[in-house]
Amino acid sequence: MRLSILARRWRAHPTAVPAPEPGSPAVEAAAGRNRGSLQLRHVDAGSCNGCELEIASIFSPVYDAERFGIRLEASPRHADGLLVTGPVTRNMAGPLRKTFEAVPNPRAVVAVGDCARNCGVFRGAYGVEGSVADVVPVDLEIPGCPPDPAAIITALRGLAGT
Amino acid sequence: MTPSWPVVSVAAISLLQVLGVLVGGPLLFGLMYKVRCRLEGRVGPPIRQPLLDLRKLARRERTRPEHASWIFPLAPLVLVATTLVIAVIAPLLAAGPAFGWSADLFAVVYLLLLGSVALALGALDTGTAFGGMGASRAMTIGALSEPALLVAILALSVPAHSSNVPVIIIRSLSHPLWLATPERLLALVAFLIVIVAESGRLPVDNPSTHLELTMIHEAMVLEYAGPDLALVRLGGSMRLVVLLALFADLFVPWGIATAPGAGHLAVGLVATVAKVAALGVALAAFEVAMAKLRLFRVPELLAGAFVLAVLAVVSALVMP
Repeated sequence: MRLSILARRWRAHPTAVPAPEPGSPAVEAAAGRNRGSLQLRHVDAGSCNGCELEIASIFSPVYDAERFGIRLEASPRHADGLLVTGPVTRNMAGPLRKTFEAVPNPRAVVAVGDCARNCGVFRGAYGVEGSVADVVPVDLEIPGCPPDPAAIITALRGLAGT
Repeated sequence: MTPSWPVVSVAAISLLQVLGVLVGGPLLFGLMYKVRCRLEGRVGPPIRQPLLDLRKLARRERTRPEHASWIFPLAPLVLVATTLVIAVIAPLLAAGPAFGWSADLFAVVYLLLLGSVALALGALDTGTAFGGMGASRAMTIGALSEPALLVAILALSVPAHSSNVPVIIIRSLSHPLWLATPERLLALVAFLIVIVAESGRLPVDNPSTHLELTMIHEAMVLEYAGPDLALVRLGGSMRLVVLLALFADLFVPWGIATAPGAGHLAVGLVATVAKVAALGVALAAFEVAMAKLRLFRVPELLAGAFVLAVLAVVSALVMP
């Protein structure tokens, strides 16, 4: 009984994730650099944690982003870029800039979710500094509130070149 | 003692060992992570993923903390260089007098320790809180695991009358029963615990943690980037290969080449690769089933290893 569970687990059945369309020149350049290895540092710039749940689930057995060589890192020094969620709040604008500067060159910034792209429902709120692109240069945007895990993986595969 | 080996064959063995450790290290990490992912129900990255990571890291920018000195960039080089020296002198594929008297277990242990100390100094040099914390933790664990390892080695070298690795291997090949004596079995367990502690694996350290406060090895390398980080990762994986290969040589020596010649060497290569891979898979499967020990429990585990090693020595001395 236990062995059959182990065998089923060993085979693993992740969801099929569509391959990315050809992206912008910046994304294509990153894909050429990374060639199957992409490490990102996640920065929550003021998110409601909806996008965080979806990001956590892309590493689950269901979506399994690691099979495409995509990983989150604990240090921006180890990363190829940032994965930023949420509208940038006044308190997080400084830390976001500093984290961006801590990533070695060449670096890419991915804005995940509608809030990161255009502040979403928080646009104009008193605590919000602006979208991610107002604070650091953004190379890739992933729309959705929150984005579907498969859509996140497809976009990141474009960056990883897998 | 058998007559000395031809220079060509010694050079070939050393070259093979260096290349094997350089490429085998990342591949072993890839294999172990693959096993871990599969046991968790995930496909996981390909086995060559660590090599892809290294290739990419080697081309990235090298950053240096504002106040770091020359120690910071030197530490990864020392880590890799000491492991390469071990790969040259240690009898990983073949055991023969050709390796001279440099393949001493104590030399191997202190070369490994030199790499750890260099990395800890590099971490202190960053001047960050996590670097210092990681260095102090790594040195605490090192200070506890090193005596256990040394005493375990002593237990192995008492019956062989030598701490030279080839001599111990040749003796255990000619006296197979010696492998099942109490001192060998006790030393084996002590050795295993020390390997897990020294290579920063579960249950002592969690290599994939993102929580800085639980980090040991990862906290030390938080500031390294690009080629320096590639060297740190490469050095870490090479150390695990060397430790596992030494473990295999000392406790399951069958298959290792004991005479020069391409045939013997091919058998030794296949046997060592198979043994290291099997040990790596077993270690990975063990890790999936384990939780990380609380930091303050780690000294208890290492004290246990030390006690086992002492018992091994006592048993080796009273039951010759």
